[in-house]
Amino acid sequence: METLTIMVLLAFLVVIAVGIIVLRDLLAGVVLLGLYSLVAAGAFVVMDAVDVAFTEAAVGAGISTILFLGALSFTKHEQKPRGHDSVTALFFVAVTGALLIYGTLDMPHYGSDLSPAQTHPELTQHFLHKSDSEIGIPNVVTSVLASYRGYDTLGETVVVFTAGVAVLSLLGLRRRRPEEEAPEDAPGDLPTVPDDEAEHK
Amino acid sequence: MNTILGLYNYWIVIILMMAGLYILIARYNLIKKIIGLSVFQTSIFYLYITMGKVDGGTAPILLDEPASYSNPLVHVLILTAIVVGVATTAVALALIVRIYESYDTIEEDEIKAIEMQEQDS
Repeated sequence: METLTIMVLLAFLVVIAVGIIVLRDLLAGVVLLGLYSLVAAGAFVVMDAVDVAFTEAAVGAGISTILFLGALSFTKHEQKPRGHDSVTALFFVAVTGALLIYGTLDMPHYGSDLSPAQTHPELTQHFLHKSDSEIGIPNVVTSVLASYRGYDTLGETVVVFTAGVAVLSLLGLRRRRPEEEAPEDAPGDLPTVPDDEAEHK
Repeated sequence: MNTILGLYNYWIVIILMMAGLYILIARYNLIKKIIGLSVFQTSIFYLYITMGKVDGGTAPILLDEPASYSNPLVHVLILTAIVVGVATTAVALALIVRIYESYDTIEEDEIKAIEMQEQDS
């Protein structure tokens, strides 16, 4: 039953991906991308990755869709009907895919508990058996994220901070679209800041 | 049959990856390219989560009685990757907005044509 659910969700993902390739309207592409993230989040729940599922649903389907819509509100919705369906690209993609599929043939099968990832004594087994006494949080994902791999998470925060600074320095704080075409409070408008604060930047 | 069932997830992941790669190569629209990159990225998340799944396991939240859990390490890696992925998407979209302001188009070939013209003149 579980396997069947996974298969159906994965088939959905493929259909959505084909839709993204075929559709020319960018807004439709963005909405389909949000749906793609949401379906993937559903599949993550079935595969026991609950923390990943709600992060994917909130960040992948939520925030990134909002970012795309914001960018679309500054630019155009239509993709030009050119640069389409190049045979060279299709050939390249098919060859790469075939090579990757050849590479999966000796991978551990889905759900195998004997694969190296599951049996490594100092990583997964250590986290599962020792984290209760060492950290004391029942959710192992939380203890690995915030304690064993705490520096990794700190580095992640630095990346997000850097990205925020980069976006602000690229777009500026007091951005306005041309008045005649901009509706009030369109998605993508950045919050306005008081003048004395903006002058320090 | 066993092989097909055991490797089905990986194969779908590869199909999704290649769909993203194809969008990146064959579409000239810059926002479409970023959408393709996101498709590619989510398929990589899927690959990792697939590798962490254990048959008969539960989510890695410790129970009182002994149980088998799926691999928590891959979940942690992917949690980090999701957040970093959105951060890079935001920077890419900001760059595209700037490109649109400078060139008045987000089609790659039109941008190239404008640059060629500028070089000639």
